[in-house]
Amino acid sequence: MLARNATGRSVAVAAQEISLPQTADRWIGGLLGAATATAACTVLLIVGFLLYSSMPLLLSGEFIETVTRHWRPYHMPPEYGIGPMILGSLSLALLALVLALPLGVGLCSFLHGLAPRRLSRPVLIAVHLMTSIPTVIYGFVSVSLLVPLLRRGLGEGSGFSLLAAALTLAMLIVPTITLLLNVHLQQIDPRIRIACLSLGMTPAQTVRRVLLPASRQALLAATILGLSRALGDTLVALMVAGNAAQIPSSLLDSIRTLTAHIALVLATDTYSPEYRSLAAAGLMLFTLTAVLSLLIRQLGRHSRGGSHRAPAIR
Amino acid sequence: MKQLADWFGMAWMALALGLATIPLAAAGTPLEAFRGATGTIDIAGGTAHIPVMNEAAKQIMTAYPKVRITVAGGGSGVGVEKVAAGLVAIGNTGRPLSKQEAERHGLISFPFAIDGVAVIIHPKNPVSDLSAEQIRKIFAGQTTNWKAVGGQDAPINLYTRDEASGTRAVLWKKLLKKGLIAEHADVVTSNGAMKVAAAQDPNAIGYAGIGHIDSTVKAPLLDGIAPTQENAAAGHYPIVRKLYMNTKGEPSPLVRAFIDYILGPAGAKIIKSKGYIPLVAG
Repeated sequence: MLARNATGRSVAVAAQEISLPQTADRWIGGLLGAATATAACTVLLIVGFLLYSSMPLLLSGEFIETVTRHWRPYHMPPEYGIGPMILGSLSLALLALVLALPLGVGLCSFLHGLAPRRLSRPVLIAVHLMTSIPTVIYGFVSVSLLVPLLRRGLGEGSGFSLLAAALTLAMLIVPTITLLLNVHLQQIDPRIRIACLSLGMTPAQTVRRVLLPASRQALLAATILGLSRALGDTLVALMVAGNAAQIPSSLLDSIRTLTAHIALVLATDTYSPEYRSLAAAGLMLFTLTAVLSLLIRQLGRHSRGGSHRAPAIR
Repeated sequence: MKQLADWFGMAWMALALGLATIPLAAAGTPLEAFRGATGTIDIAGGTAHIPVMNEAAKQIMTAYPKVRITVAGGGSGVGVEKVAAGLVAIGNTGRPLSKQEAERHGLISFPFAIDGVAVIIHPKNPVSDLSAEQIRKIFAGQTTNWKAVGGQDAPINLYTRDEASGTRAVLWKKLLKKGLIAEHADVVTSNGAMKVAAAQDPNAIGYAGIGHIDSTVKAPLLDGIAPTQENAAAGHYPIVRKLYMNTKGEPSPLVRAFIDYILGPAGAKIIKSKGYIPLVAG
């Protein structure tokens, strides 16, 4: 009896020892699954909510009108369109990108070949630090330094403008572009560099003729990631761009982005016509950003087939 | 027989309520109403209200530490949203509630103070008097140079407030007569930010609650009348608004005590000291 008991117990213990990692595995699997499901469901819920709240506009056919018209709440009859904000968002994001892209590519070229080894590490650390500066700090510094500078220097307008916001936003997306491109450049086969060296190429030639062309996909992906970051930013636009709901026609124009518009109108009376434009603004913003994300995915798939084992950006 | 009993019960209740309120009204200090009270009052909304709310909260919580009062901003729109959702006990607005807001959520308004809204410019701007007509033309974007209204030869930089601002609603209705505000006007999101904009930009014109105006900005005369709280109280300065506290349905006894405190003589003293004009209760 006793012996059988003992064996019985030892078998149970053994079984437990074997099954322990299995249950742990199952737990980890479950937790990871739950995390994945939460993330996926959140995105789905957001899309669902945006569609649901734009339903009245979509069904009545007012959606197209809302998206294309002007924002003129003081006119008779008033107009509550978000056309200027869509153009504002796009022009701000594109301008910021045009400013940030050469900087980012330049920085990366500097880090990978042109910079002395002693310098490249501190520069990389500085770029990493740039990502940890909160957006509101960029905005605050811009409002206190850049905006008065533009106002005095150009003698036209209040300084709160497309240009001020684009310059600030460019600072915000330079690290995004630089770090993404940097990761790719680091992963380029070192043998390629050696080959370049042995061919007698200068570091500048290596960067210009070999490394950058080999990073075309990564460069495109960095571009699009930077663009969607610029599109989605709210605080810089709200603090620096001026928020006038007009179609931008000059760099010094005060403009309003979709994100800033949502922030500005969110607190209005829920039954006001102003408030109704929110759903359309949200849906448009989501659509613009989603289209760009899809583009990034597409590029990632192409670059996997590339010749340099480029990191797939997903 | 049963009906009689009901009547009897109701009479008792009325008596009890009467007894409960009489001592409160007759008590020596206004803070007496909070004796023995415990609980929390959360307040949010209009930014013009905050100085008054904070001072009242300080007085009450110092005397009766068991009462907790929190005060947050957010603007008139946020005040309505939060009180309607039951997130706060009192939602402050710098404008009367719209009919839909009041009806859909069953909100009750308690006006307690008057605040004037004045046009503000940079302190070094030589312009010191503007007519309502001139202001209307400036905000409509028809007058674009300060020279046209007696100032220097410099462009006018327009500043306005966001769509949810109670200050903007008052200015637009009472001074601009629901006229145009030019599309190119810069939009700022609080009375404080407006003051900063006007203080920094030598060519600025904007507007703010009179309670917010200090030496960093200049408030020109409107048709010869100085935009001061005295002139607003006397009825000489016409661009005024009421400040409201709003509750969802009848307030709880504790919240009621707070509202009575604000509406009473102690509240009036606080309101005056913060640069607003108290509304006499009743």
